[in-house]
Amino acid sequence: MFQIVRKQEMAKGTIIRFDISAPKIAAKIKAGQFIILRVNETGERIPLTVADKDEFSGIITIIFQVVGKTTALLRSLHDGDTIKDVAGPLGKPAEVQKLGTVIMVGGGTGIAILHSIAKAFKEAGNFVIGIIGAKEKELLIMESEMKAICDELVVTTDDGSYGQLGFVTQPLQKYLEERYDIKMVYAIGPIIMMKNVCGLTKKFDIPTMVSLNPVMIDGTGMCGGCRVKVDNKMKFCCVDGPDFDGHKVDFDELEKRNALYLKDEKISLLFSIK
Amino acid sequence: MADQDVKYLKFKTYLNAYCPYCHESFNVEKKEVKQLNFKAVYKGQEVSVKLSPYLDVFEIETSVPINEGEVLDDLVCPHCNKSLINRDMVCGECGNTVAQVIISALSRLIPFFICLKRGCEWHGLTKADERRIKLKIPRQDMPEQDKTMRIHNHQEVPYGYRSELASLEAGRCLQCKTPGCVEGCPVNVDIPSFIKLMREDDYDGAAKKIKEKNVLPAICGRVCPQENQCEAKCVLGLKDKPVAIGKLERFVADYERKMDLVRIPVIKNKINKRIAVVGSGPGGLTVAADMAQFGYAVTVFEASHELGGVLTYGIPEFRLPKSIVQFEISYLKELGVRFELNHVIGNILTIDELLVHFDAVYIGVGAGLPLFMDIEGESLGNVFSSNEYLTRMNLMKAYKFPEYDTPMPKGNKVVVIGGGNVAMDSARTAIRTGSTEVTVIYRRSRNELPARMEEVHHAEEEGVRFRLLVSPVRYIGTDYNMVKSVECIRMELGEPDASGRRRPVPIENSNFIIECDLAVVAIGTGPNPIIFRTAPNLKRNKWGYIEVDPETNETSIPNVYAGGDIVTGSATVIQAMGAGRIAANAMHKKLKGK
Repeated sequence: MFQIVRKQEMAKGTIIRFDISAPKIAAKIKAGQFIILRVNETGERIPLTVADKDEFSGIITIIFQVVGKTTALLRSLHDGDTIKDVAGPLGKPAEVQKLGTVIMVGGGTGIAILHSIAKAFKEAGNFVIGIIGAKEKELLIMESEMKAICDELVVTTDDGSYGQLGFVTQPLQKYLEERYDIKMVYAIGPIIMMKNVCGLTKKFDIPTMVSLNPVMIDGTGMCGGCRVKVDNKMKFCCVDGPDFDGHKVDFDELEKRNALYLKDEKISLLFSIK
Repeated sequence: MADQDVKYLKFKTYLNAYCPYCHESFNVEKKEVKQLNFKAVYKGQEVSVKLSPYLDVFEIETSVPINEGEVLDDLVCPHCNKSLINRDMVCGECGNTVAQVIISALSRLIPFFICLKRGCEWHGLTKADERRIKLKIPRQDMPEQDKTMRIHNHQEVPYGYRSELASLEAGRCLQCKTPGCVEGCPVNVDIPSFIKLMREDDYDGAAKKIKEKNVLPAICGRVCPQENQCEAKCVLGLKDKPVAIGKLERFVADYERKMDLVRIPVIKNKINKRIAVVGSGPGGLTVAADMAQFGYAVTVFEASHELGGVLTYGIPEFRLPKSIVQFEISYLKELGVRFELNHVIGNILTIDELLVHFDAVYIGVGAGLPLFMDIEGESLGNVFSSNEYLTRMNLMKAYKFPEYDTPMPKGNKVVVIGGGNVAMDSARTAIRTGSTEVTVIYRRSRNELPARMEEVHHAEEEGVRFRLLVSPVRYIGTDYNMVKSVECIRMELGEPDASGRRRPVPIENSNFIIECDLAVVAIGTGPNPIIFRTAPNLKRNKWGYIEVDPETNETSIPNVYAGGDIVTGSATVIQAMGAGRIAANAMHKKLKGK
């Protein structure tokens, strides 16, 4: 049993932040790695990337968007409630090196994961440029945290209610055109955003890493449900990822695979309401 | 006629034989020698014939050598000199003349025929008696759930023996002096002794006898491939079917559990040393139990949220009820074994870190990385690895969706690729989800099917169809990226390959299409890379499995042992347990010496 120490609602209650007491995981987890949790006995196992950790007090932070049955169930939990199972750390940590200037692109809930990787890159001595985006001002999360980490930060919103109007790709393009010292781009967010970022950076031939989020069950390489096509080879996201070279990922296939269970999700939600 | 009216003459029953005319006995007993004495006529010459008095034992001594296949002219009572030949009967096997004697058995006198041809081992009863008396106890089948009913539920298929059936089956055992069955068992259960205890109606004692060597009898009785192990070595199997050792094992284990006779042994000599076991599958549980019984403090680490490894996520409920797995594990808990769930070793703790806190480590993580064929369309919706399919159904209990949150993969027409036990489990699970058509595709022929015959038989009974000598080429999807059909190619068997099986070769231009809306790929598994990332000095072979010393199962890192699928590649539950046993004994020997 893992206790929720603190719960915080963000972005009009659609994005939730939990601080969970899990000392062993907190001691080991690195930026980019994820955990698998199961809320209760009848629950499903879902993967969530860890946004932050505190080894000293044994706390890991997860930030997730409410999209289906399990995340809705998680939202109904409060401070002091417990989660039945948390397994981790899983996946490979992000490969953090001193490269020079790197751009961190994040969209929606992806900013939560991006922030821990950005932090690691900053600590490694890189010049970090952040570009984060959301649909509207209310849905933007972790702006202040990103501001503290990044040397430069650009915010975009789809409707122009805050920061620049438009998508994250626009300021990214501007940076890529203006600066010649960019060594790497990290993009984490909705699949469509990562796909577009990769399309753009490919033109400029800049290495791009993305963090994928396919459907998973066990998270330890056992089921093969999270298979993704990278460089035309089958990879298991849970053991070979979750971070991959964005130029080699087959995003179309990932998008299709992630849409497979939408109908079941509806049945499950309706059942729980009854 | 009701079952209970049938009486059995057990194998090797001592027969008292009498002349039908003068009623004198043919039996002669001199010290050690027990015989039936007759006179016979052979080529006009009078000879004496001595037969063994035991049913189904064919030792013949004659005063004149008689060649195999030759027929005696007459068999005569040595007391009244009357011919015993019965002209109304002929041998049921070779059609030669037979002699008739009277035997006393089952508290009555019964006419009994013996064939006069040397080498023919036929003997029989009159038609009227045959209906009520069987000369041998046949191998007893377990009653099982009717096939039309069981495809609609996930309950266990065989019900297990009743005590009458169990005692009949136990009666078939010959109690060999040098038992082959014990050799055939990877953990060397003392099979004749436990069957002997069963014959004395001491089922509890029999269960304790098995537990001396095997801590998980209820599981092994159900899922071991006995036909390749203990039962393959049974002497009875030469002429008849072997003793149903697995079914007897299951019976006594179930008896012990249901009658609440399980007792936790008191461990007297506690040893102040700690053992870490990675993986709570059958091998890990065996090591844990053995080491706990030696007196060590044992901690088992499990990556999943449920204990049991393949017993829990892999083998379906209808073949191995999860309550039984949990019960067997609770026995270990009471032995003092500690279990840590949600611990992915290699990530949360490395092998090196374990060695700091523990005196020895056992790696029994299995081979859990599913293999795919790497053909077009494998990433379509509703194409699953058998691991994913079975994990969803068993571990996550998707068959109870939406009560449980994990969605149930369901299809009308299901195709399962592969011919092993996992393929059978997947196919039979699919039948139970209401699929109308389940087809198993296997690239070799029926003779090469690696699955247990019992499983193939059960699957066929339940309506699973087999397409043999067929291999998939690609999956074809709908506009919504769900699998629609699978294109296959026919195969033929060519020369034998390294494994000794004939290699399947595709027949060109023989492609055809099987429609399906769900496909399960059950073609095997490989080693999982997680544990090796943080233990680069763990030596592995060319297939990526851990290399061990076969005597001790110790790896290239001192005090780190390994066994089961992570050493051998996919194998059976009991083989993993056997490997665990070897490692536990070696560990104990090494640690005790320090």
